[in-house]
Amino acid sequence: MLRALPSVFSVAEPDGDRSRQGMRVIVILLLLLVIASAVSLSQGSSSVDLHHLWLYLTGRGSELTLQERVVVEAVRLPRTAMAILVGAGLAVSGAMMQGLFRNPLADPGIVGVTSGAALFAVTAIVLGGSILAPVSALLGNQMITLMAFMGGLINTWLLYKIATRGGYTNTSTLVLSGIAVGAMSGALTGLLIFVADDRQLRDITFWSLGSLSGSTYPRVLSVLPFVILLTVITPMVARGLDALVLGDAAAFHMGIRVQRIKRLVILAVAAACGATVAVAGSIGFVGIVVPHLLRLVIGPSHRFLLPASAIGGATLLLLADSVARTIAAPAELPIGIVTALFGAPVFLFLLIGKRNGRGSGDLS
Amino acid sequence: MIDARNITVIRQGRTLLDEVSIALVPGSLTVVVGPNGAGKSTLLKCLSGDIKPSAGGVTYHGHDIHTQDAVSLAAQRAVLPQATELAFPFTALEIVRMGAVAYGATEPGLAARSALARVGLSGFEARSFSSLSGGEQQRVQFARALAQVPQPLEAGRPCALFLDEPTASLDLRHQIGVLEIAKAFARSGGIVLTILHDLNLTAEFADQVVVLSHGRIIAKGSTQQTMTDDIIREVYGIGGAVNRLPQASVPFVLPQSRHIGGLDL
Repeated sequence: MLRALPSVFSVAEPDGDRSRQGMRVIVILLLLLVIASAVSLSQGSSSVDLHHLWLYLTGRGSELTLQERVVVEAVRLPRTAMAILVGAGLAVSGAMMQGLFRNPLADPGIVGVTSGAALFAVTAIVLGGSILAPVSALLGNQMITLMAFMGGLINTWLLYKIATRGGYTNTSTLVLSGIAVGAMSGALTGLLIFVADDRQLRDITFWSLGSLSGSTYPRVLSVLPFVILLTVITPMVARGLDALVLGDAAAFHMGIRVQRIKRLVILAVAAACGATVAVAGSIGFVGIVVPHLLRLVIGPSHRFLLPASAIGGATLLLLADSVARTIAAPAELPIGIVTALFGAPVFLFLLIGKRNGRGSGDLS
Repeated sequence: MIDARNITVIRQGRTLLDEVSIALVPGSLTVVVGPNGAGKSTLLKCLSGDIKPSAGGVTYHGHDIHTQDAVSLAAQRAVLPQATELAFPFTALEIVRMGAVAYGATEPGLAARSALARVGLSGFEARSFSSLSGGEQQRVQFARALAQVPQPLEAGRPCALFLDEPTASLDLRHQIGVLEIAKAFARSGGIVLTILHDLNLTAEFADQVVVLSHGRIIAKGSTQQTMTDDIIREVYGIGGAVNRLPQASVPFVLPQSRHIGGLDL
């Protein structure tokens, strides 16, 4: 099915210009995002009438019962906003990282960036009251988010230094060093869990599985600046990431400030990963599935890939969260399980495609 | 004018270039020849600003290139690299479009199309770069370089094309086609420097030949001055190869003679 997808779309652009296709897909994704938001707001352990919800949200009458209003306002609105921010952050940071490493398999979750962020988040939880108390006093509520950002930054930078030689990143070196860096972070996280008390353990479990169930307005506000940072950086790096696909030298020849672009991308990826891990734990595969599927349809140009990934990632995570909330209602599946269930097969497809020497999404 | 003065490049204790000085003047096509490992690509990297020489310097129109940033250099010169491998399936048009965007074309799509047409690749726009043959990929890259410096003179200032073995995987017809475009670029006031291995093509297209060996300039000047039996023997270790016809039973192809008889491609 994945292989059949590009042939359906590619016939639409016989002149090789996929810009219109890019715009079309972005519009379609925006519509899907609206639908997914409506589903997310209205469905759950109790469902709300869509028409009533619309009237309520646009401030024209209140057909909702008090209980429905509380559910929508206090639970589903922050949760929907959180899914949008986290989904967009994960997908864009995945797409950027793949551009930086020139490798469609680079995903913050797979190559250990997320585990770095998780390690620092756990460090903040476990040591925040003792050794790191001064830091905790200084950073206040933002401590976990900022620590997770630092963890993501350190691991992204480490990975780039280890896996890249002369501007080129070898797939096996990347994946292997990712595993090593991830294992190291995992081991240190394990050490911290060993010394954690019961209350801290409950918080830590939340990170290992990934969930949007703890979404509150303050948490939405804590992740918002990082996703805004990512959004601001996106148009500044799109052209550079395109040029980098031809190599560092060729990008420089075309007037790209290569080092600056790379630093910006590492910073943006770490910010997005750190912030999303801090509020929602490790949610895997969104960063690899969304950009990959989009490349099949609109091509690899980051001008369209990055904004489309943001909208696509938000939509996908909203849908995954709706599934996680409703499939076993009133119980809730961890969302990381849902994303892994459909993400892992796509990852396998990519690996098999690479082994057979095929690029992804060949137009001809 | 592009000027390289006494450039020396030392990497890991090895001297890759030793006191090399060359001047590239507008209107002239310079060919760098020499055996493998002579330092040709290193010289091109110094001239395009990729690497900073250990000693000596390069100026574009009197300005040191290492005081200029990537954007300013990109407006003055384009570079055709040797073979490139892509991780993502860009189309030929999308690759060339990057050059047009670097130039600042108002309609980069259109500019890219016309650059592809110049290298004879109309109709290849939607083809994935990775699915093209080596020679076609090289021509797409050449079109990208042309899209980046579409005019030899920009506001009265000459632009430069640096080509690293542009004919390496091309058939005879396209070898000549690419070099004729480069020659026309120079004729209209631009600066061209190209690395070539084919001495016959060098003899036909070069205004200035630079013969490099072991990082040093062995000879520099017109084809008459540089392509002599003595120099070829010194550099390549092959004597008696210049200007002598082989036995009548050994056929050979001399592209230069197409101007005298037969079909001009």
